[in-house]
Amino acid sequence: MGDPITLIAEFIRGLLTGWGFSSGLVTLILKFLGVGAVASFVLVLDILLVWVERKIVARFQDRLGPNRLGPFGLIQPIADVIKLLIKEDILPEGADKVVYNLAPIFPLATVLLLWAVIPMAPTILGSDVNIGVLYIVAIGDLGTLGIIMAGWASNNKYALIGAFRTVAQMVSYEVPMVIALLIPVILAHSMGMQSIVDAQSVWFVVMAPLAALIFLITSIAELGRAPFDLTEAESEIVAGFHIEYTGMKFGLFYAGELLHALTVSALMSTLFLGGWRGPFVEQAPILGVVYLFIKAFFVYYVIMWVRYSFPRLRIDQMLNFCWKFLTPLALVLLIVTAILDKVLAGAATSVYILSNLGANLVIAWVTVQILVTYAKRERQRVGQEREIASFRKPEVEELIAQEVVK
Amino acid sequence: MTPITIVFLITAIVTLGAAVMVVTARNLVHAALWLILTLFGVAVFYVLLSASFLAVVQVVIYIGAIAILMIFAIMLTRRVMQDTGPTVNQGWWLAALISIALFGGLSWMLSTWIGFDTNMPQLSQGADSLQQLGQALVSPNAYILPFELASVLLLAALIGAIMIAWERK
Repeated sequence: MGDPITLIAEFIRGLLTGWGFSSGLVTLILKFLGVGAVASFVLVLDILLVWVERKIVARFQDRLGPNRLGPFGLIQPIADVIKLLIKEDILPEGADKVVYNLAPIFPLATVLLLWAVIPMAPTILGSDVNIGVLYIVAIGDLGTLGIIMAGWASNNKYALIGAFRTVAQMVSYEVPMVIALLIPVILAHSMGMQSIVDAQSVWFVVMAPLAALIFLITSIAELGRAPFDLTEAESEIVAGFHIEYTGMKFGLFYAGELLHALTVSALMSTLFLGGWRGPFVEQAPILGVVYLFIKAFFVYYVIMWVRYSFPRLRIDQMLNFCWKFLTPLALVLLIVTAILDKVLAGAATSVYILSNLGANLVIAWVTVQILVTYAKRERQRVGQEREIASFRKPEVEELIAQEVVK
Repeated sequence: MTPITIVFLITAIVTLGAAVMVVTARNLVHAALWLILTLFGVAVFYVLLSASFLAVVQVVIYIGAIAILMIFAIMLTRRVMQDTGPTVNQGWWLAALISIALFGGLSWMLSTWIGFDTNMPQLSQGADSLQQLGQALVSPNAYILPFELASVLLLAALIGAIMIAWERK
């Protein structure tokens, strides 16, 4: 069955062929139109996201949020955009002009590139490449690059510290993220995003809940949102890498971050929550877009919920959590999933699902036990009586004795 | 000229130009950024050869890991960026000699190659090149030995890094 997008594409193809264009050229024009349509749709959605974010954070903080312009303050983001556009554009003293101006393009552009592989419906997707999952990782790396460029080119120490922190965070959290991404790949026997969605007759979040959780946590870290917002910690380094940016250049960073959050939610829905799957989607493929965005906005809400509920981590806690907890856990999950997949190669689907779920539950239980033991030991360690500063106790007593003699 | 030739020529010019900028740029961070453009150009070549897996791996490893760590290292050595001395040292003639010999050798090898006129072979329809690559890497008849050797090498490097960073108590 056709959906509106395919129908429009076919109509344009017929029209252009009728005007005497060659079929190769028509395909090229259609691809450009498709890219333009997806990018515009996502960018317009981005303007709405500003409103969603502000309204929901207001509810979390017991405020009203934007409520003056239009119904429920819906016109507020447009006013924000106009304000950003007419603000003065400042180039800081000693900044690297070209790199400084190039940097804000990266965060938004790379996020837009991710939408190329997210299947929106059975018939609507940008490109069904067979390496979809790896493509996501590669594009994420390019996004990091923009932040480093911004931090370095601003000629500001806080910006540079922010960039350093970003690199440490992104390079570290990429490791468990890639490992967690491999688990849906094993379950679906493919790296293509469309095949992964096709394989989810039962959502992968049922078969691999821990992998889904790891992916969510590492995604939040890659986003640089609280509790991982060390990159722009206001109380420590003012605004981090985008401290010097004004007007629309700052706007690009801001829009890039918001859109990245939604994109990550869409990826999470695609990889673990069944993507466009839902009732009646075979009859009317356009419903898939609706289902995908419902799931994506649910995950987006969870990300915001986390953001406004948790305090910021310290940098050593952030790195320890990644290397000593998430990475080993992800590796164990990967090994177990791979072994189960081979052992149960010919088994019934229900057995396969139940054993995967069971394995996840056992691993979760063991992890919690290890954590409880660790917490107990750590509490004892912190609770122990410790010597003051760098002085050893006898030395301190000697000093006190000397003071008394004087 | 087919569209793929035009894309190839543009990519080749950009890649080579960026490569020249890498060695001539005064500012080390700029050199690193030009290097990223060069590496990205190589990734585009892989795409033109329908080797999508290699293209993405090129971006992940060379841009995502190596280039970013390089920039990181350069940023930590701040004074290097203000260096205004000569860009070549006394051994420049040796480097030039080796480069010319290498370039000449490669050119000579390519000039005797007969593959220029053959067209790119079409992949058999329905075959998943990624799956074939994966199976070839672990198949005893194909590349299992180089693959395992590379794994052992990387493992050794990993253990070495841990040993260096190990804090003995």
